[in-house]
Amino acid sequence: MARISLRVNNQSRVVDTDPTTPLLYVLRDDLELHGPRFGCGLGQCGACTVIMDGNAVRSCSIPVSGAQNRSITTLEGLGTVQHPHALQTAFIEEQAAQCGYCMNGMIMVSKVLLDKNPHPTDDQIKQALNGNLCRCGSHVRVIRAVKRAAGVKA
Amino acid sequence: MNAKISRREVLKGTGALVVSFNLFGPVSQVLAQLSAGPDLAGDLKATSLDSWIAIGRDGMVTVFSSKVDLGTGVETALAQIVADELDVQFKQIKMITGDTTKAVDQGITAGSRTIELAGPQLRQAAAAARQELLKLASQRLGAPISKLTVTDGVVSVLGNGHKVSYANLLGGKHFNVQIPATGNGWGLKLAPDVPAKNYMDYKTVGKSVPRVDLPPKFTAQFTYVQDVRVPGMLHGRVVRPPTVAAKPASIDEDSIKNIPGIVKVVHEGSFVGVVAQTEWAAIQAAKALKVTWSTPETKMPANPDAVYDYLKNTKGFAERPGMPPRGNVEQALAQASKTMEATYRWPFQMHGMLAPSCAIADVQGDKVTIWAPSQGIFDTRKRVSDLLGLPESKIQVLYREASGCYGRLGTDDAAEDAVVMSRAVSKPVRVQWMRADEHGWEPKGPAQLLTVRAAMDASGKVTAWDFLDRSFPWTEANGIPLVTSRQVGLKAPGQGFPNGTGGGGDTYTFDNQRIVASAIPWVQPDPTPLRTSPLRAPGDLARMFASECFMDELAAAQGVDGVQFRMRYAASNKRATDALTAVAKLANWQERPAPAPTSSGNIAAGRGVAVSARSNSVVAVVAEVEVDKSSGEVTVKKVAVAHDCGLIINPDGLKNQIEGNVIQGTSRALMEEVLYDSSGIKNLDWSSYPILRYEKIPQIDIRLIDRREMPALGGGEPSIGPVPAAIANAIFDATGARLREAPFTPERVLRAMHAGVTSTQRA
Ligand code: FES
Ligand code: FES
Repeated sequence: MARISLRVNNQSRVVDTDPTTPLLYVLRDDLELHGPRFGCGLGQCGACTVIMDGNAVRSCSIPVSGAQNRSITTLEGLGTVQHPHALQTAFIEEQAAQCGYCMNGMIMVSKVLLDKNPHPTDDQIKQALNGNLCRCGSHVRVIRAVKRAAGVKA
Repeated sequence: MNAKISRREVLKGTGALVVSFNLFGPVSQVLAQLSAGPDLAGDLKATSLDSWIAIGRDGMVTVFSSKVDLGTGVETALAQIVADELDVQFKQIKMITGDTTKAVDQGITAGSRTIELAGPQLRQAAAAARQELLKLASQRLGAPISKLTVTDGVVSVLGNGHKVSYANLLGGKHFNVQIPATGNGWGLKLAPDVPAKNYMDYKTVGKSVPRVDLPPKFTAQFTYVQDVRVPGMLHGRVVRPPTVAAKPASIDEDSIKNIPGIVKVVHEGSFVGVVAQTEWAAIQAAKALKVTWSTPETKMPANPDAVYDYLKNTKGFAERPGMPPRGNVEQALAQASKTMEATYRWPFQMHGMLAPSCAIADVQGDKVTIWAPSQGIFDTRKRVSDLLGLPESKIQVLYREASGCYGRLGTDDAAEDAVVMSRAVSKPVRVQWMRADEHGWEPKGPAQLLTVRAAMDASGKVTAWDFLDRSFPWTEANGIPLVTSRQVGLKAPGQGFPNGTGGGGDTYTFDNQRIVASAIPWVQPDPTPLRTSPLRAPGDLARMFASECFMDELAAAQGVDGVQFRMRYAASNKRATDALTAVAKLANWQERPAPAPTSSGNIAAGRGVAVSARSNSVVAVVAEVEVDKSSGEVTVKKVAVAHDCGLIINPDGLKNQIEGNVIQGTSRALMEEVLYDSSGIKNLDWSSYPILRYEKIPQIDIRLIDRREMPALGGGEPSIGPVPAAIANAIFDATGARLREAPFTPERVLRAMHAGVTSTQRA
């Protein structure tokens, strides 16, 4: 066990845990966050995506020790139902989900995409999201939502 | 899905009403509600209006239903129906769903039947409630009912402006009214004599009301089953046998003693699991635990060819017609001037839930609480009752949403795992399957082998249609004990349930017609990873693949355009011809026979059509594909869908379902196949069982056919059925190659292009 300092959604948090624990379980079980989700634990689906120092990363595949002193943003860090982030508003307006389980990953990856490229083309959006799986088939709506958030005409 | 609240709190309207999409509070607050013990007052009576609807002091209307939202938005649609019938605003409705102690059993949520069957149940309950409220208002206001109108839950007297609200009339009190109820589950009929509204008067039904669950889902304020935390909860993981039917001969618990936080190795019968303080400890322990497994005698079939041979050569235990037979098929075939025959293969496929199975159980002596994503909460309660030997009245099952499931039916294994592990440690245990557990052990959609024969007279008219589907049944559904129950010694009764009958050409009328679905026994060593259960539009994809591709083969053999050919035989089925006409227009279909003239470059383009019905909904699809001639790779560029499911409750919600069906159908058509050898499943992750990704998502155009004069029918599955057939027909149009085995992988497409098979040759 080790004490590990994390910076999550602009708050300092200290957890006492096995340092090899994947970041995902620390976020979900120790910090009680719901944003990052377990989908495969293998780095294959993207459900567990968080933003670390500006990049979208898969929290199931990073030991918590590797996240020390980095800045981590989860879906909770974007906005709330009362005060949603522009991306979340766009996803709501496009009703861009069925079960919504994959949407943490879709929104977090899109956030990083738009931060780096505010006006992406369809192909750039598809490319950015290509590693994120959705079994319900909400893809076309997600693309529309990202374009809406970017202010790009659909 | 809802947190733990009592009916009294609902009636008080004190704001204690917390439903899933309102779980905004901190986790601890949610927990306080979740952890209260079950109030098991016994099952509710369908004949009591109070079992269905409550009016709060604040005027909120709470609806209690055993139906659950599987991620399709059905809860929103049901609320729309009740809002209209009661004349209240949509936002005045709260749904409390999926709690065995708070809802009458309306049967499982499945088969695209919720809007069709539970919709009228709730509508009639609402109509009865409205009638009762009007009676009360009439007394209060001293006016006859015929002079009363209702807007937004306020009753007014026509002419004099006197008003009283529902809240004022009954807020916080019970109706204490009995309503007629006959039948049960899906067949339950409530208050049939109370007149419901005319569709012309609907205000909320027919509108794209935004889904109530989405804002919290997009902001991480939603509680999926995976997020449920119970005080004192431990983490469990299962250790499944590495080969089919293997049993644990010995377990070396020392192999995990260096992992901190291990609570117990649970070993009961053939079941093995580990319970630990943290998820990570449980995961590591499940991986590291040294179990010596027996080497069983029995084996699975060595490969798909062996399975298809078995399907072909084994007698079915149940033969069911897809529609009443007509004429004499054998005679017509014998007298035909030409016959054609073809056989199609459909593989085992996965549901592939994005979130592996998860459930939490708290077994405290003879009291059990379960949080699970069950499609049938009462089925789950029954199974756990059998597993634990406890009466159902001691068990509370609370639905909590998981990721989309597309038809596990009653097969929520994780609840059984959690119950066995919780009993072993007398603490609440959360069980989360890992990805390999899910891919390896989820019940699969069954493999099917389909044969179609047709007879033609001298003019080319099809005089006989003979369709035979040979399919494995669902070995895990409708309350059959699941893996863990079987590992601890419960036996599965019977052979399972047949895999549906629809889609074998029932859209058409031929003079002589026979459509049969035969259930072939799937007797496997227990437990087998090739266990089976309903997978979205069960059996239909394969049957429609065979029937609608064969229709295309018949059309092509006669040099007739595919849409025109179908129109001839669907002439007496107006909804089908309307859908065909609509989709042809939407896709800008140009009349000509298939295949298309050969193209010169490396890319061949084609289009294909298919039409079919499921759960009384009719769907026509046109797919446009490009085939890379050198690699055989197929890209679906565009899919047009004309969709008729009667009265539409929520057009955008329906479109969302259709888009999902098209994408999942495309994925299943192009790439999905469970691979196995005699010891077990080979694709245990997403790289070995790939599904469609963004780069391959087709453009989807939808035309909704709204039939407001018809009842509302299902939209959750019907549009997936014809998608693979339309794609296969488009591949033929592009290349002249017939695909008779799914999925249409590049290798298969190349092989078909080079083989140049014809129907009769392949027969
Ligand atoms: S859970 Fe991390 S990529 Fe799937
Ligand atoms: S919306 Fe269900 S997995 Fe994407």
